[in-house]
Amino acid sequence: MNFEAVIGLEVHVQIKTASKIFTRVAAGYGHEPNTLTDPVVLGLPGALPVMNKAALDAVIKAGLLLGCRIAPICKWDRKNYFYPDSPKNYQISQYDQPICLGGAVEIELPGPSRNVMGEHKRIPLTRIHLEEDVGKLNHGAADSQIDFNRAGTPLMEIVSEPALHTAEEAFAYLTSLRATMVQGGISDCDMEKGQLRCDANISVRPVGETTLGTKVELKNLNSISFVRDGIAHEIRRQIGILERGGVIVQETRDYDGMSDTSQALRSKEDAHDYRYFPDPDLMPVQVDEAWLARLRAECPELPFDRQRRFFAQYQLPYTLTSVLVWDRALAGFFEEAAKAAGPGRAQAVGNWIANDLLRELGAAKRPLEPAKIRPAGIAELVRMVEAGTVLTGAAKEIFVEMFATGEAPAAIAEKRGLKAAPTDQGELERWCREAIAANPKARAEFQAGKDSAINAFKGPVMKAARGQANPKLVDETLRRLLTGP
Amino acid sequence: MSSDLHFRTLVDLAGLLEAGRISSVELTQAVIARTREVEPRVQAFNSRDEADAIAQAARSDARRAARRAAGPLEGIPIGLKDVIAVAGQPLTASSRILENFVSPYDATVTQRLRAAGAVLWGRLNCDEFAMGSSTENSAFRPTRNPWDLARVPGGSSGGSAAALAAGEAVATLGSDTGGSVRQPAALCGVVGLKPTYGLLSRYGLIAYASSLDQIGPFARTVEDAAIVLGAIAGHDERDSTSVRAEIPDYRAALKTESGPWKLGIPREYFGAGLDPEIAAAVERAVAHYRSLGCEVREVSLPHTPYCLDTYYIIATAEASSNLARYDGIRYGRRAAGAQDVVDLYFRSRAEGFGAEVKRRIILGTYVLSSGYYDAYYLRAQKVRTLIRRDFLEAYREVDALITPTSPVPAFRLGEKTDPLAMYLCDIYTIGVNLAGLPAISMPGGFTSAGLPIGVQLIGQPFQEARLLALAHAYDQAHEWNRQRPKL
Repeated sequence: MNFEAVIGLEVHVQIKTASKIFTRVAAGYGHEPNTLTDPVVLGLPGALPVMNKAALDAVIKAGLLLGCRIAPICKWDRKNYFYPDSPKNYQISQYDQPICLGGAVEIELPGPSRNVMGEHKRIPLTRIHLEEDVGKLNHGAADSQIDFNRAGTPLMEIVSEPALHTAEEAFAYLTSLRATMVQGGISDCDMEKGQLRCDANISVRPVGETTLGTKVELKNLNSISFVRDGIAHEIRRQIGILERGGVIVQETRDYDGMSDTSQALRSKEDAHDYRYFPDPDLMPVQVDEAWLARLRAECPELPFDRQRRFFAQYQLPYTLTSVLVWDRALAGFFEEAAKAAGPGRAQAVGNWIANDLLRELGAAKRPLEPAKIRPAGIAELVRMVEAGTVLTGAAKEIFVEMFATGEAPAAIAEKRGLKAAPTDQGELERWCREAIAANPKARAEFQAGKDSAINAFKGPVMKAARGQANPKLVDETLRRLLTGP
Repeated sequence: MSSDLHFRTLVDLAGLLEAGRISSVELTQAVIARTREVEPRVQAFNSRDEADAIAQAARSDARRAARRAAGPLEGIPIGLKDVIAVAGQPLTASSRILENFVSPYDATVTQRLRAAGAVLWGRLNCDEFAMGSSTENSAFRPTRNPWDLARVPGGSSGGSAAALAAGEAVATLGSDTGGSVRQPAALCGVVGLKPTYGLLSRYGLIAYASSLDQIGPFARTVEDAAIVLGAIAGHDERDSTSVRAEIPDYRAALKTESGPWKLGIPREYFGAGLDPEIAAAVERAVAHYRSLGCEVREVSLPHTPYCLDTYYIIATAEASSNLARYDGIRYGRRAAGAQDVVDLYFRSRAEGFGAEVKRRIILGTYVLSSGYYDAYYLRAQKVRTLIRRDFLEAYREVDALITPTSPVPAFRLGEKTDPLAMYLCDIYTIGVNLAGLPAISMPGGFTSAGLPIGVQLIGQPFQEARLLALAHAYDQAHEWNRQRPKL
């Protein structure tokens, strides 16, 4: 029997705000334990929450980016449960009226090969709501310690419909979601710092079946690769059980990515009754059209939309777009350089950025900004190569120096004597005639209409010129000689 | 200096301080001396820090000497119910679970009292977590009514009312969730004001039922209450339920807000269970208002019979969640010998909470439970809307309502053992909290047995100035507020 999996993901994303969601204390990571606290964070007697508007802005922006409907009112509920990392023993969250409803995450599945675009899908979302993060428990041999620095960090929970069917789809979903959040300035989504956390609800059923199988919740998927591996593992586990005639138990399982194993944490019987009710300490907040319009204006273009635009506007090949569109700063850098370079040079610009710039950044272990090399410099370099002022090899050297110093390419070429020597036109013509004469077959092919046959002459010409000839001029001269009288 | 400083009104004392006839240190010492004398009998305080109070008084005197006196509260000793946070002082809510807790921060009202120059004096006893109507639910000791030490002072702010009545403070603060300021004020013969929900910040007030809790002042006269209210009212960015309302000069308004008023008598507030002497006192007050030219008519608040049920669903639901934080993990009582964290919760809370608190947590947990939420909590919220609508309907015809504060005068300690009998003490005060309205209890006479009687006036939202002026019109014309218990 063939089985199919049905997967829904619950993703928690920490929102990047200066202060916590319900008090002025700074939000942050890596500080001394229990230093980012105050009476509100610690749930001291008498302390009250006050909403941080920046957190609401961020979640609405996330909703707008993902095409959600934004609720007209932001209402808060208490989720009641006892756990030592929860200072009030209730979490302020949103229950029946999440701030964002619907929407979708666009994903791209792996194509048949790396340079061919894969299938796109839209994974529908159920909801996005805002809540407060809890503290962190550190278990020792004799005791457990609690660090409340994380408590009260704004957190959004993004719940997908059970509409994913493979581990690869889940991987693509998280990749796309993460890029959206990062590019929207909503979160850095560093999974090592717990800024993005993912739980997966997984069930399997025979292909053709429409009712859902018993679901298992997989927790502790703490990297995107572990999400993929964990889901693949769980699908195999469930199919294995069904094939042996067994029954899937509804439970929560803990996945260990290092050993690719999982174990049961708790069964359905242990499910909490959270006793949700509206938080009387927080007034509902009205989200009006002007507020939405302001946030809409702040929303950046999403990677896949940008990719479609890059195809249309710059005629870039897929491989180049798939390098450029995922990083908002890099895409912006590219567009600025392409604009400065002028029409028809976008691909050359894109190549410099995708190959040389990323290589240098990687080697220097630096982010794009603040880079010394500027888009205008790259545009100028592209034009110099095209004009034959510098040759490709020299241009590579110039680029490395531009990256290091930010100097203009012409100045570097001048200073380091990297400008192409003006070739004697008579000498060039002689080399071309010799090359044509030495290869009558290619000459005949070219004259019969096969344009690419011209390339057969270029190697010998370049060799004769010891690489110092201007390729554009070589091409022109060859064409003139081949087509002339 | 006068030997009865401790019984003077705030207005009198502010005048004496202003005139330089007494110092704040002298006044504070007089209050401390009085407290030492009567406190063994009254037991209104959970804790007192005499040295701290004297130090505050000395700083007040220094400010006055430097002509930086803040206003009428400058140098006046004011007691705070032990549910309002004062930095560096204990904050227990009269509960074992917070027995050794010291607040690291000030409530907003505390900060405002400090800014007004007041001397913060003592932590006043109350029913545990403000749950009760007699102060017998205090985990530490019951407070006695200064008018009859065998009787309760009312509750939950019984310590605040009794301390004031006994001359152990010049004014005090309490909190009122279902009548916890007005009912003890009535039983102890002082003025107690419950402001409109949202007029005062709740930041630093230990939450019992967040949508009902409101801090309010106790004072000897309506005028004194107006002064204290003016110092503590107003929006606070740390409490999102506090309202951005213009705060008038309440004391000045006592003169400028003049009648005649239209008064309503809600017929549902004069049914069975009302002590006839109290009914008579209310009638006497009504007659006084008529004599001032006020029009008085009967009105109806038809949903009054549902107030008690509605209150005990909403208040306990919120309490069950608000009190979850007392778990023995971060602060407060932690039980010994726990096997694991769940056992620690069970033991700490079992040891730390008293019977009434447990009863309300259990009730509140039940009404919020899956499958019961709609039938109880949601329905109670709908009824609450109807109760509020009753009042607003009545206010289309009248400016304010006049009612008894409590159906009975101070009862004996141990007299009400049935929780429901105790809950009935609040039948005239609870609707006000559910509707979020301001209301005041003022002295309206004495029973034949010499026990104080309170008359309640209920006002319109954020119309404290008018409510206080109305109350003042009766209060200043009578001697009830000048009677002192013989302790």
